[in-house]
Amino acid sequence: MTVTLEHYLVVSALLFSLGLLGVIARRNLLIIYMSLELMLNAANLALVAFSRFNNNLNGQVMVFFIITVAAAEVAVGLALIVALYRRRQTAHVEDLTTMKL
Amino acid sequence: MTQEMLFYIFAFLTLACGLLVVANPFSRNPVTSAMFLVLTIVGLAGLFVLLHAYFLAAVQILVYAGAVMVLFLFVIMLLNVKEEERRKIKRFGLVAGVICVGALAFMFGKAITDSGLSANLPAPTLEGVTAPLGKALFQDFLLPFEVLSVLLLVAMVGVILLSKKELK
Repeated sequence: MTVTLEHYLVVSALLFSLGLLGVIARRNLLIIYMSLELMLNAANLALVAFSRFNNNLNGQVMVFFIITVAAAEVAVGLALIVALYRRRQTAHVEDLTTMKL
Repeated sequence: MTQEMLFYIFAFLTLACGLLVVANPFSRNPVTSAMFLVLTIVGLAGLFVLLHAYFLAAVQILVYAGAVMVLFLFVIMLLNVKEEERRKIKRFGLVAGVICVGALAFMFGKAITDSGLSANLPAPTLEGVTAPLGKALFQDFLLPFEVLSVLLLVAMVGVILLSKKELK
């Protein structure tokens, strides 16, 4: 059977759910952050699939912007994680329970 | 190899590596998860090529696998995070989380397959090559493009400020 839009969207939905599972179930900050990136990539796949099957280029332009914003966000987020690790010496979510530094 | 077979191969690769990022039964090292995330991104680039989005596939490999994941690995090595230590797992919380995510995934899947999206679509003819994408980016989307450059500048300044040892 030919590969239709729904196939790509199901792959995107499953990838998003895997990322969500990672954010919920893992307790290491870096792995939670990587699962977040997985969710962003799933959204990218959905956008490109829609762009192709609706013959509209705007989806691909939006993915271009999302990739750039994700790169900037990863830089800032990792700088925050490094600063937090320097202060608390831990990258485990269960140790970071207070907002006080 | 037909296109359908390639789609199934790349989709399986992407989902399997995505699962191994999140739940690896063999090693709890963050470096292993980062490596599998790189493989997931490569699988996604393959899916982009199958969707005729050639420029985006190249950008995905260059930026995501080549810059973002390298940054992740730098930070993992810098923090020297070794194995995630085995703490007491709250089993009820874990099971409840897995059930909730499974239910959400099932809802997504049902909504997608029952929606009849592909019923009245015309034949796909869009080719995501560089020239039309560049035209769209620099003509219709010029303002977001310029704002994005300011965003990157702000991110850079923020990172430099956040990584100072003492804030005076």
